Amino acid sequence: MTTSQYRPGVHPGRLSDAEYCTAFADVAPPLSPHQAQVAAARCYFCAEAPCTTACPSDIDVPLFIRQILTGTPEAAAQTILSQNILGGMCARVCPTETLCEGACVREAAEGKPVEIGALQRFATDRLQTSGVHPFTRAARTGKAVAVVGAGPAGLACAHRLAMRGHEVTVYDARLKPGGLNEYGIAAYKAPGGFAAREVAWLLQIGGIAVLENWQLGRNGSVADLLADHDAVFLGMGLAGVNALTIPGAEFATPATEFIAHLRQAEDLATVPVGRRVVVIGGGMTAVDAAVQAKLLGAETASIVYRRSQAEMPASGHEQEHAQKNGVRIVPNAAPVAIRKDDQGYEVEFARTETRDGKLVQLDDTLRIKADQIFTAIGQTLGPVPEGLTITDGKIEIDARGRTGLSHVWAGGDCASGGEDLTVTAVAQGRDAAEDIHAFLMGA
Amino acid sequence: MANLTSTFLGIKSPNPFWLASAPPTDKEVNVRRAFEAGWGGVVWKTLGLDGPPVVNVSGPRYGAIHGPDGTLLGLNNIELITDRPLEVNLREIKSVKRDYPDRALVVSLMVPCDEDSWKAILARVEETEADGVELNFGCPHGMAERGMGAAVGQVPDYVEMVTRWVKQHSRMPCIVKLTPNISDIRIPAEAAKRGGADAVSLINTINSITSVDLDLFAPQPTIDGFGTHGGYCGPAVKPIALNMVAEIARNPATRGLPISGIGGVTTWRDAAEFMAPGAHNVQVCTAVMTYGFKIVEEMISGLSDYMDRKGLTETREIVGRAVPKVTDWQYLNLNYTTKASIAQEDCIKCGRCHIVCEDTSHQAITMAADRTVTVKEEECVACNLCVEVCPTNCITMRELSEGELDLRTAKPVGDYLNWTGHPNNPMATTSGK
Repeated sequence: MTTSQYRPGVHPGRLSDAEYCTAFADVAPPLSPHQAQVAAARCYFCAEAPCTTACPSDIDVPLFIRQILTGTPEAAAQTILSQNILGGMCARVCPTETLCEGACVREAAEGKPVEIGALQRFATDRLQTSGVHPFTRAARTGKAVAVVGAGPAGLACAHRLAMRGHEVTVYDARLKPGGLNEYGIAAYKAPGGFAAREVAWLLQIGGIAVLENWQLGRNGSVADLLADHDAVFLGMGLAGVNALTIPGAEFATPATEFIAHLRQAEDLATVPVGRRVVVIGGGMTAVDAAVQAKLLGAETASIVYRRSQAEMPASGHEQEHAQKNGVRIVPNAAPVAIRKDDQGYEVEFARTETRDGKLVQLDDTLRIKADQIFTAIGQTLGPVPEGLTITDGKIEIDARGRTGLSHVWAGGDCASGGEDLTVTAVAQGRDAAEDIHAFLMGA
Repeated sequence: MANLTSTFLGIKSPNPFWLASAPPTDKEVNVRRAFEAGWGGVVWKTLGLDGPPVVNVSGPRYGAIHGPDGTLLGLNNIELITDRPLEVNLREIKSVKRDYPDRALVVSLMVPCDEDSWKAILARVEETEADGVELNFGCPHGMAERGMGAAVGQVPDYVEMVTRWVKQHSRMPCIVKLTPNISDIRIPAEAAKRGGADAVSLINTINSITSVDLDLFAPQPTIDGFGTHGGYCGPAVKPIALNMVAEIARNPATRGLPISGIGGVTTWRDAAEFMAPGAHNVQVCTAVMTYGFKIVEEMISGLSDYMDRKGLTETREIVGRAVPKVTDWQYLNLNYTTKASIAQEDCIKCGRCHIVCEDTSHQAITMAADRTVTVKEEECVACNLCVEVCPTNCITMRELSEGELDLRTAKPVGDYLNWTGHPNNPMATTSGK
């Protein structure tokens, strides 16, 4: 039995099974071998390629595309994965339009870049579905490293450390490894349990133990970890969320919780969604929440952002994706209050304007009715161990990934430097691992 | 509008675009389709001796090389001459010629090197009222092993001998089709002329192995685990063919001998490029085997537009026009100086010009941190490599005027001086002017 899209309130099962399948199918279906060949042939093999420069993980893009073109996608995958062990997920979730594809000279030439992300997925899928793990461990060093957080930064760090011959234990607060890949990104970007499969593939290298349901502070301290390990890498991401501080804030829930619940649902028909959904915020999380609410059968979903649409942290590509899926984007509206009424809620916004670089609220008021309200107004660092320097809400690290604490490194969203992207986290985890290795081996 | 009609050895055709003797001209059904599509003429696929028909392989007979986007660049075949009975071909030729009197229909022939064989087949061809014959002295595979095709074309005395027989025993115009699988194309062309040929056509296909199966370790196309060289044609052979056409056109011994140009003609531009160094018309095969007969419409409109733009009214105004411009290296002006010039507004900053110059040439193009590429004129020898690798054609060669300072030599550009009188030439014989 399905519930109509028009039934007021928050309910599961608004769609038929078939409709859920269609709605949450792969948003960017994989390239066929023929499509990959055609796409690869467009690469100009640029010198000191701008796509590689634009990649936070420095993937040698022209080389891997040439390897696809010459019929060796497995070699292409190795080129990718040697720089970015989560190259499969990055191929799916990277904002390529602002990174490699944005820098592609064919974007400049024709407004149509080489499909680097799709080609990367073609190559990595080929290798990973064959079950091959092409990396092996160096001779054992006898050193042990603790990695806190099994997200992109922690996994990349753990893999590189294992490759260098160290014994790694990954401690993660959740019940499954993967971090944002498993709990955070939109379901249609990596359907079919890809995040879990990728972690399982990554762990094939050996030498990595994953300890779930272990939270720093709750289950142990950095000092505890250092007692049993030669080094610690902190990659626990951003555990907290910014809270609304308006009357009625308690009626809103964090979009991250909604997304995580949806991602972990065995059956999407069990995930309740409002008839009218309002998401407060303007980043990728807001887009992921609003689009998925719409895909779950919400009649309307609105993203309400306090600044102009051009200032939204979500990329143009993401915004377009939201609008294509029927999400309404309401810019220049700041939340003022949420009121409960007999039909649900009413969110009151003040119209805003930027004057002399400052956002000011106007007298004009906008009211939007809602059955379900999500906040996506930024994530924050959770509790952190003492002794670390926190700058702008992030653990400060140097170029090598070292924190202010001896024997403690950090990377990913919890650490300073770079954008909060999977690919950046992978690069930071990888580079910290190399520095840990150099440090431990006395180089 | 330009007049595209062509008269070649007295054979009239509505345009200079003929189909070469090859699979597309093996049967009446194909040739009728070609004429309906607008082709000016055809050379019927090579006929052989009367008797048991030729036998072809029953496995793959073509192989090819492709550009990275899948464009077919070169085609290789191991097909023999027609494998249909002689009398069927002759009957069809007669039928087609009767229905298309305004189109050129030439018959390609290949029989053993004895006078009686040639005499016999010529008499049969004359009965069809075809416009002429083309002697296939070029096929490099299969028939050559039996002493025909390229086996004849590679021996100038045989070329001359057979041509003479043909002229003795037939009133039909005689075109001798030359093989490129020789060291100097002028020699067999001269032999053909001595034998009385009315024209030469070239090039036939080039000995080739297009690819090797890396699992079977055998050439492709592979026939039951083995392969043999075939004949190579298509866009990739055009430069080789153009040179050979020009060599015959400018050779004093063969100057004025009509030429039918063959070898990778794919577009109207290719056709015009063959005509300028001396071809009177062109023959096409690979292009129609890649795209079908319809391409002739573009060839007709393209050549016509080009001639209109140039103020030319007859195709013969193009023929041979580039012959005086083909010379020997020793006569090139060594003081002619150009420098690469990059149109920055069209540059997409791929850096290919920079890297090929840096890695393989003269370190004359720098790339800045913002990827702007700049020519260092003091290093640029004007090799043209950057022009050829640029994907957006934004690099040109700027000609330095006489007296302008060449930053590479730190000397002003001098007036005309060729190698024959160059001070560095110990064998200099002239003033070089």
